[in-house]
Amino acid sequence: MVENRPLLNILTHLVLIVGVVIVAFPVYLAFIASTHGADAFARGLAPMLPGPHMIENYHRMLTSGLSSAGAPPVWLMLINSTIMALTIAIGKIAISIISAYAIVYFKFPFRLLAFWMIFITLMLPVEVRIIPTFKVVADLGMLNSYAGLTIPLIASATATFLFRQFFLTIPDELMEAARVDGAGPLKFFRDILLPLSRTNIAALFVILFIYGWVQYLWPLLVTTDSRYYTIVMGIKRLAASADADPYWNLVMAAVMLAMLPPVLVIIFMQRLFVKGLVETEK
Amino acid sequence: MQTKRTIFPNKLLPYALLAPQLIITIIFFLWPAGQAVKSSFEREDPFGFRTTFIWFQNYTRLFDDPEYLNAAARSAVFAVGVTALSMGAALLLAVCVNRLLRSGKFYTTLLVWPYAVAPVVAGILWWFMFNPTIGIVPYLLEAFGYRWNHRVNGNDAMILVIIAASWKQISYNFLFFVAGLQSVPKSLVEAAAMDGAGPFKRFWTIVFPLLSPTTFFLMIVNINYAMFDTFGIIDGTTSGGPAGSTNTLVYKVYADGFLGLNIGSSSAQSVILMLIVIILTVVQFRWVERRVQY
Repeated sequence: MVENRPLLNILTHLVLIVGVVIVAFPVYLAFIASTHGADAFARGLAPMLPGPHMIENYHRMLTSGLSSAGAPPVWLMLINSTIMALTIAIGKIAISIISAYAIVYFKFPFRLLAFWMIFITLMLPVEVRIIPTFKVVADLGMLNSYAGLTIPLIASATATFLFRQFFLTIPDELMEAARVDGAGPLKFFRDILLPLSRTNIAALFVILFIYGWVQYLWPLLVTTDSRYYTIVMGIKRLAASADADPYWNLVMAAVMLAMLPPVLVIIFMQRLFVKGLVETEK
Repeated sequence: MQTKRTIFPNKLLPYALLAPQLIITIIFFLWPAGQAVKSSFEREDPFGFRTTFIWFQNYTRLFDDPEYLNAAARSAVFAVGVTALSMGAALLLAVCVNRLLRSGKFYTTLLVWPYAVAPVVAGILWWFMFNPTIGIVPYLLEAFGYRWNHRVNGNDAMILVIIAASWKQISYNFLFFVAGLQSVPKSLVEAAAMDGAGPFKRFWTIVFPLLSPTTFFLMIVNINYAMFDTFGIIDGTTSGGPAGSTNTLVYKVYADGFLGLNIGSSSAQSVILMLIVIILTVVQFRWVERRVQY
């Protein structure tokens, strides 16, 4: 603080409080909506204060879902989302850390080519190659399976770059010492590099878990069988029916359940989240 | 490219280590991208029996199509709107948090969580607030004599998707602005204060110019986000409507190819989008190299 200006301090807090309220308000309304009965939405304005049906609504969505909207119970979609997010996060980290290891600690023909091939994936988001990618997955018979949901998303340029960057900062002496002591490449990787990368792995995991959880377009393309719906794509089906029938309370209960896991991850692992976010963008 | 001073001598191991990443990249990235390029030069007959090579016809037809040019213009409006709104709000909040000592952390926690909300969920949250029958915002707007209806009015729909997309992106921009603000040297700000510059003058003449690398970086990232990561927001709220008024380039690829089954045109659109991502990525990476020396 350069100088003390009480008026400016009050203004600062005021701006922040207004900011926090605006950011949180849509979620507050969604939560309120999820605590009411269906009749609360039949007339005029959506309610502003909590209602008495919270447990009932959440229980119904978790166990039986809204069958008229063609979506399975929320617990099943939550499990699918968890499987998808965990597989993507762990898979990306696993294949990226070993490719970064190969690129940094070995010299071999086509090393540069391999590096550029990984780099190019940055420039090809799913959104710009929807149909041919769908075709590949369909030809491989991976529609409606966990493999189809996860494997095509597992390649990661950002994770590979992060690990490469980190490996380059590790002193050469460490590897020389390990070699003198007779450690081979795999032993060096397992006993020295992996433990050193622990914080990076954790930070990356937070970011990638969220990345996997919020995927929407990909599950929408590859799943037609409701057993493989993820919560994020299932929500769309629920919401599409809400305009016709006023099931807002149930839809918003599902929305709250879809947001909860990744938001909790961010709130409880904020330090790792910030580290992961800032470092993957370098 | 950089390696270690000493390296492991193994000949085959590095290929084995790279194999999983490269196999997935080839099968699910490079091959489909190649297919998109190939079929952007082809026309399939209605029954899918024959494909004919037609050079650039898919492209020329796109650029003659007013609907495509409109979608491009709409994407630009959308991207500029989202970038300006979310970066402006984030900068204001970041400057405020940076002024505080202890309570800044508390506010940060309350501001960063929307990052974890899926785009489609963000869309639905705002869709609910703006719902013409029961939403709070149309209710308030009516007091001012404005009848909000994003189901009919294209401008309303565009404003809705811009707000929803910006809301989700504020937390990201906020964190990068806070990091940028913390790296502004305290001594410069103090020197300016001694020379009698007030807080606003200090911000505009010292802090903001020093933030320009962060601002530029975030601009590229935000344009990229608005162009490619907002599919869910649009699909969750307006589905490109009403009458195509929120049909952005990415949404159009999906709508034309997956719903409309016009493979040639959709592939040509994909290829154009790839070029846009490539340009954005190159700009971003060329600049990042320099950011370190700033």
